[in-house]
Amino acid sequence: MAPALHPLDQRLFYPLVAAGGLVALAGLGGAYLMEEHGHVITGMDNQVVWGLPHVFAIFMIVAASGVLNVASIGSVFGHAVYKRRAPLSGLLCLALLAGGLMVLMLDLGRPERVIVAATHYNLSSVFAWNVFLYSGMFAIVAVYLWTMFERRFNHHAKAVGLAALIWRFMLTTGTGLIFGFLVARQAYQSAVLAPLFIVLSFGWGLAVFMIAQSALLAWNRQPLDEAVRRRMARLLGVFVAAALYLVAVYHLTNLYFARQGEFEAFILRDGGVFPLLFWFGFVGLGSLLPLGLLFHPRLSSPRGVLAAAAGVVLGAFAFLYVFIIGGQVFPLEIFPGHQVRSSFGDGAIGRYVPSWPELLLGLGGVGTAFVLTIVGVRVLDFLPRDDMPTGPAAKAG
Amino acid sequence: MSRRGFLGVAAAGLAGAVLAPGIQLIEIAQAASAGGPASAGASAKVRWGMLIDTTKCAEGCTDCVTACNTENGLAPATRSTDPQWIRKIEIKEIKTGRTASLPVMCQHCADPPCVDVCPTGASFKRADGIVLVDRHSCIGCRYCMMACPYKARSFVHEPLTEQKRDVPRGKGCVESCTLCVHRLDQGDKTTACAEACSQAGHGAIVFGDLNDPASEISLRLRAATSTQLRADLRLDPGVRYQGL
Repeated sequence: MAPALHPLDQRLFYPLVAAGGLVALAGLGGAYLMEEHGHVITGMDNQVVWGLPHVFAIFMIVAASGVLNVASIGSVFGHAVYKRRAPLSGLLCLALLAGGLMVLMLDLGRPERVIVAATHYNLSSVFAWNVFLYSGMFAIVAVYLWTMFERRFNHHAKAVGLAALIWRFMLTTGTGLIFGFLVARQAYQSAVLAPLFIVLSFGWGLAVFMIAQSALLAWNRQPLDEAVRRRMARLLGVFVAAALYLVAVYHLTNLYFARQGEFEAFILRDGGVFPLLFWFGFVGLGSLLPLGLLFHPRLSSPRGVLAAAAGVVLGAFAFLYVFIIGGQVFPLEIFPGHQVRSSFGDGAIGRYVPSWPELLLGLGGVGTAFVLTIVGVRVLDFLPRDDMPTGPAAKAG
Repeated sequence: MSRRGFLGVAAAGLAGAVLAPGIQLIEIAQAASAGGPASAGASAKVRWGMLIDTTKCAEGCTDCVTACNTENGLAPATRSTDPQWIRKIEIKEIKTGRTASLPVMCQHCADPPCVDVCPTGASFKRADGIVLVDRHSCIGCRYCMMACPYKARSFVHEPLTEQKRDVPRGKGCVESCTLCVHRLDQGDKTTACAEACSQAGHGAIVFGDLNDPASEISLRLRAATSTQLRADLRLDPGVRYQGL
C-alpha cells in the first residue's frame, strides 16, 4: 500500500480535526441541553414532533446512500474513473450515516434507551426495518472497503459492491417509506416517496461527494482532472433533473386529488416560509440554478460546478424542511368540511421555530461526519488519484 | 503500533463502549421482571369502548378534561408542549353552519397505526382492546405521534413532578389516554371522564364492553347510527360518536 498512499497533509490534519471536533462537541452540548431540560427547549411540540434534527439526520442518511453511487458506478459498472473514487465514496457513506444516526439517536426523548431499539424489534414497524438497514449498511460498506484495500480480497469487490448497491436501494426505500406509510398525514402517505427518496439520494450524495472531493484534493494540493469533473457534473445534472421531475409528479398527484387541495395550496402558495423555501430554496437554488451551472457551456467552470453542488445541498435542506416541518404544521383533517378549533391546535396551522440546541445537534452530526472523513483520509488511502491509476483502489473490482 | 493494529484496537474499544452499558441494562430489566408480581392479564373476551353522544356534549364544558387531568396527574394544558390526553373540539360545518362540541382522545383502534409503526413494540394493544404505551421501552422517537390520525398522543417535553402512583409517566416518553386502565384493572367499570360527565348530568359519554351484547354501549350502538372518526382509514376505533 505504501507507494500509493497519499494521506492528507499533516499540517492541515490537526486544525481540520479540531475544527470538526469543536462542531461535533457543540452538537453534543445541544443534545445534553435537550436531555437535561427535555424537548421543551426545542421548537418542537405536540403538533410538530420532528424538527430540525430530523432535517439534518434525514439529509445525511439519504446522502449517505447516494454518495455510495460513485463506488457502485466504479465497482459494479466498471468505470475506472469512478473506481478510483470508490474508497472515498465508501468512507463518506459511513461518515454521513454515522453523523445522521448520531443526530437521530440524540434527538430521541430517551437517547439512553437506544439499546432498547437495538434489542426490541417490532417487525411491522418500518422504523425497526430501518434499524436493520442502517446497521447492515455499516457492515456491508465496511466489508466493501476491506475488499478494496486488502489485495487478497480485491476480486470480491464487485460482488460486495453489488450487495451494497442493492442494500442502499432498500435503505433509501425504507427512509422514504418512513413517511410513505404514514396514512394519517396529508403530506406523506404516498408510494412515490420511496423512488423519490432514491433519486434525491443520487443527487444529494453526488453533490456531497463532489464538495468533499474538491475540498480534500485542494487541501492536499492535488489536481482534479477536468474530464472527471465534467463527467461528474453531467451526472449530477441528470440526477437533479430526475429529482425535480419526481417532486413535480408528487405534487401534481396531490393537486389532482380534491382532498389534498388545501394542503398543496398551503405548501406551494399560502404557507409563508414553506412556499418560499420550496420555490426559491429547492426549485431555484437547489435545482434550476445547478442545472444552469452544470449544463451551460460557459458557466460550468470548476467554481461553477462546485457552486452547483453546494446549491444542491442547500436545496436539499430546503426540500426537507418543507417536507418534514411543513408536512407537520398542516393540521390533521379529522373532520373534513368543518371549521375546527380546540386547545390542542386542532384545525390550526402549527408554529415551529427551531431553537439553538436543535441547530447545534444537527450541525454536530455534520461535524462528526467531517471528522470521521478527515481521520479516514489521514490513516488510509482514500483520496482519489487520477495521475496514478495503479493504486489498490484502482485494481478493486 | 501499526495502522492495522490501531484500527483493530479502536474497533474493539468502540464495540465495548457501545455494548457494555446495554448489557448491564438488560440484566437490570431481567432482574426486575423476575421479581415482579404475577398478573392475570387482560381478557380477550372484552373490548372496552366509548360512545360519545355529541348532542348531549355542551360547548365550553370541559368536565371530562378536568376529570382526566385529576385522575392521571396531568397539569391543565397551557402550551402546545403540554400533554392533553383528552381535549374538547368545537366543529362547525362550513356548508351548513351546524356546530357540535365533542371530546377527542385515543380512539383505541382495533388496528392502531401507532402500534404498527412503533420500532420497539412500546406501543401495544392489550387483549381487551386498550392501546397503551409501555413507558419502560418507549424510546421517545415520536413516530407513533406522526402515525396517529387523531393527534391523540402527547410527548412529555419536560421533567415531571407529583405523579400519581397508579399512573407512572416519564419525561421523553409518549403517552395518551389509557381508558383509565388502572381503574379497570382494579375492578372499576368506568373511566374518569365518563364518570365526571354523568355526575355533571350530561351523560354524553358511555363507557363499556363492546363485546357484551347486553351492555349499555352495545344497546345504544344498536339502536342509533354512530360515526367513527376517519372511518375511511378502517382502523375500527373503539370510540364511536353519535350526532355528528
